[in-house]
Amino acid sequence: VTGRRRRGLLALFAVLLAAVGLLVTGGLRGALVYYRTPTEVLDSRPPASERVRLAGTVVPGSVRETGTRTVFRVTDGRRTVTVDQHGTPPGAFGEGRDAVVEGVLRPDGVFESDTVMVRHSNEYRAKGRAG
Amino acid sequence: MAPTAPSSRQDGNARRRARDVSWLAGGLAGAGLAAAVLVAPADAVQGDVQRLMYLHVPAAWTAYLAFAAVALNGVAYLLRGDPRFDRRARAAAEVGVACTAVALVVGAVWGRAVWGVWWTWDPRLLATALLLLVYAGSLAVRLVPADPARGARAAALVGVAGFGLVPVVHFSVVWWRSLHQPATVLGPRLPPPIDPLMAATLLLCVAAAVTVAVRAYLWRVSSPLPVPTAPGGAPRGVHGLPPVPVACPSAEPAGPAEHAGRLVGPGGRR
Repeated sequence: VTGRRRRGLLALFAVLLAAVGLLVTGGLRGALVYYRTPTEVLDSRPPASERVRLAGTVVPGSVRETGTRTVFRVTDGRRTVTVDQHGTPPGAFGEGRDAVVEGVLRPDGVFESDTVMVRHSNEYRAKGRAG
Repeated sequence: MAPTAPSSRQDGNARRRARDVSWLAGGLAGAGLAAAVLVAPADAVQGDVQRLMYLHVPAAWTAYLAFAAVALNGVAYLLRGDPRFDRRARAAAEVGVACTAVALVVGAVWGRAVWGVWWTWDPRLLATALLLLVYAGSLAVRLVPADPARGARAAALVGVAGFGLVPVVHFSVVWWRSLHQPATVLGPRLPPPIDPLMAATLLLCVAAAVTVAVRAYLWRVSSPLPVPTAPGGAPRGVHGLPPVPVACPSAEPAGPAEHAGRLVGPGGRR
């Protein structure tokens, strides 16, 4: 019985080790440079086969929604990329806020994305109160 | 070596102290919940879902504290070999793993609501998942060697080394680009960029979380170590056994140490 118990625990430990390995190899690659800026993406021009994350501030006045698509532009203050998003962005998405999009840079320079994530700041203020 | 079995008066004192902590934990948790739901204002950007902060952040900070306790007791165990330090490290690791899991789960719900995703391969999330796995591993690794004293040493080593991940988790949002926000309260800005009522609610909830964690720790540290089960699945008697010598890594050979380390009852090591 003790032997079976030990085998089970060894298996559990092996699974935990494997999970750590998977996280390190699968996660660290993308996580250390979690996103790229518009300037970096436009300079490095990743091929359309490479999935990248792009982050920037949503340019005020640039958001257009047509059917299932949302087109907007993100900027890092220097350069700007047009994003063609398939699907509805989350509720907190808005002009002037930061967003991270996942997808590919098309040869025509438009970023085709299927995931929008909203980046919020570390500031917390009461609703309906100034300051 | 551990002292002999405690007198019944010490037992009574421990029970009274645990009861006092229970009342304090319950009171603070109730007050924290009321403040989080009724007193704290909704956030200007995120709305009511931001109230998840009052569970997410205290859980994460309490996990840091618990892992610090694991590391300190782990160092003490490695230096002194007194099994009491091992029991404390194990109990703190259990509390820390539970707190980390709470922070991750509540964070996922919060992330789904505000970011739009449950999970992403962000450095903060990745480092926190690693932290959870390492301390879950410290609990599992102790049961792998046949000799529980060696298992305890392995757990102590993992628990001490794993603490190196805590600053990585905390500063991950500064060192690397992330979706997760940088620190609000434990950050460089003074005063912290948070509404005073929100900050007060957060501190109350941190006090509640730490007290609940201390109560859980007292419960776990006085509970018996895992007991090998009999063929039918029923645990072999612990309390019925006569007192056994307590394992000490250097003093005990592998054979008897197995029983000593696994079968000591709640009062045997206090």
